[in-house]
Amino acid sequence: MRLSNTVMISFRALRRNKMRSLLTTLGIIIGVGAVIALVSIGNGAKTQIKAQIATLGENVILVFAGNFSPGGVHSGWMGAGTLMVADADAIRREIPKVVAISPEVRSGAQLVSGNSNWWTGNLLGESQDYFNIREWPLIAGGGFSEQDVRTENKVAVIGKTIATQIYGEENPIGKILRIKNVPFIVTGVLSPKGLSLQGSDQDDIVVVPYTSAMKRLIGKSTLGSMNIQVGKESDLAPAQNEIIALLRQRHKIIPPKEDDFTVRNLEEITKVATAQTTVMTFLLGSAAGVSLLVGGIGIMNIMLVSVTERTREIGIRIAVGAHGRDIMLQFLIEAVTLSCMGGLLGIFAGIGAAWTISYMNGWPSYISMESILGSFLISAGIGILFGSFPAHKASQLDPIVALRYE
Amino acid sequence: MNKVVNLTDIKKIYTTGEVEVRAVNGVSLDIIKGEFVAFMGASGSGKSTIMNILGCLDRPTSGTYLLDGINVSSLNRDELADVRNQKIGFVFQSFNLLSRTSALENVELPLFYARRHIAAREVKERGEQALEIVGLTGRAGHHPSQLSGGQQQRVAIARALINNPDVIFADEATGNLDTKTSIEIMGVFQKLNEKGITIIMVTHELDIARYATRNIIMRDGRVISDEPVLSRLNAVEEMLKLNDAERAVQLAP
Repeated sequence: MRLSNTVMISFRALRRNKMRSLLTTLGIIIGVGAVIALVSIGNGAKTQIKAQIATLGENVILVFAGNFSPGGVHSGWMGAGTLMVADADAIRREIPKVVAISPEVRSGAQLVSGNSNWWTGNLLGESQDYFNIREWPLIAGGGFSEQDVRTENKVAVIGKTIATQIYGEENPIGKILRIKNVPFIVTGVLSPKGLSLQGSDQDDIVVVPYTSAMKRLIGKSTLGSMNIQVGKESDLAPAQNEIIALLRQRHKIIPPKEDDFTVRNLEEITKVATAQTTVMTFLLGSAAGVSLLVGGIGIMNIMLVSVTERTREIGIRIAVGAHGRDIMLQFLIEAVTLSCMGGLLGIFAGIGAAWTISYMNGWPSYISMESILGSFLISAGIGILFGSFPAHKASQLDPIVALRYE
Repeated sequence: MNKVVNLTDIKKIYTTGEVEVRAVNGVSLDIIKGEFVAFMGASGSGKSTIMNILGCLDRPTSGTYLLDGINVSSLNRDELADVRNQKIGFVFQSFNLLSRTSALENVELPLFYARRHIAAREVKERGEQALEIVGLTGRAGHHPSQLSGGQQQRVAIARALINNPDVIFADEATGNLDTKTSIEIMGVFQKLNEKGITIIMVTHELDIARYATRNIIMRDGRVISDEPVLSRLNAVEEMLKLNDAERAVQLAP
């Protein structure tokens, strides 16, 4: 009951100084707001990166020709000429964990149809499994079959950008597309994916059977890379090890000779890509955290002023029977109320700022419950931390001195 | 006899640097329940220091102080606060009311810090009752800045009364007031004293001291004279006299 009286007294004091209370909380509002807004944007970036990497498919292992591990022999990747179709066949044959595999060759190519033409940097030779591995559905027509791959058939699946650029409003299915002057038949159109992490257009793509690409378009007998899919996530690591062992054996690599290929799974790639944004988010959050600290010092400052200003009031309260604890609590509650109010308003300000920034710049933002709860608790803690010194000071006042204070 | 105050060789010594100031230097005295005592003395005589000790705002350097039989000289800060809250009322020269807080809330303040819970309704009732005793019914909602000096002091007296104290201490309670208001305030004290409340006050005004029943004169931290008041003034009569005098010079209707 003494507590409820003290709470009432504190609230009354804050209400009496509305303007000052508001200005004091401003530091906390800005601090908490900044933390939430910046962490949200950082998390948004991370979520976006994860989502985009997820478009590469699930439980996927990528094998690249060449070695690009730091300190290794740099033979140039993809073009190293060390991955063979036979390697892909061996993996498919000998590693049962592998459920799908798509050997890949890449090139740029001029595309012509009628009087339209388009240059794409993404001519891909793949197997029939490619669309499943990448989880990339078609919006029209169909993919190609194993038979198409075996017979080096001249069929092509095109991305949305190319469909629009070459065929405009027309339906491209069944139309002839001349790739490097070789006529291919368009069998399907991929669903649009938008921009990649690097900002390139993922829909500017032509996919043909890798056999056709190697023989008819690029004239190469080696693969750039392979997309390999395993059945479940727990198979990723063992399958990766088996692939490495198999390829070493096939390529006759004996330590200390370096691998002439590189194996990565998407988990690793995600980790690398999100590590940077995690650091960035942390740095931004810390900078905002500093402003939260400054806000806390602002509260301490005002509370100290308030204690001095109300020395006489404190003296009167002690004279009529208030314990040091009552006075301490009164000022502590004021400080915590200020900081919590600031925290609460800061949450709204932060959410608002995150929305505004992401709306104006087209950046994604992800407002996490953790950052809201965390910054609110921190602001409450700041109230206790920075309020306790002035509150303690007030509670130790000598009533005779305090009553004489002018 | 019922001793409300029992002082034995009370000393209060301040040490500032090398200099030792003996503000109170061995005071022993008893005050009986129902007395109206006025401490008098020049400034620096130690009367305010003894008042702070009596009012449990300060502790003596040595000596024992029994307030209503309780040895308060050995109590700690918080225990002294409880004694101030429950056993005594204190009236100051400068009123010491909370500004921007209504008269009623000022009066109720000690109840906020009472040890046992008091229902909001009882708090209000007791506050209003105390205001009625000092003749301020109808001013409950006024803030101190809206009240005259005499009215503010009466609010302070009501605050001192709210816990039904055994003793009320008044430190120069009329020091900031004019003659007429001073008589009013002394009237309030005499009325309370008639109800059995012990009043102990400090004053430097001779005529104010004559409203008490006993005058104690201090000098250099010691009691040099302690005598009953022979020709005691009555506030009601004095007020009538003053009104007549004012009417004579047409100051009042």
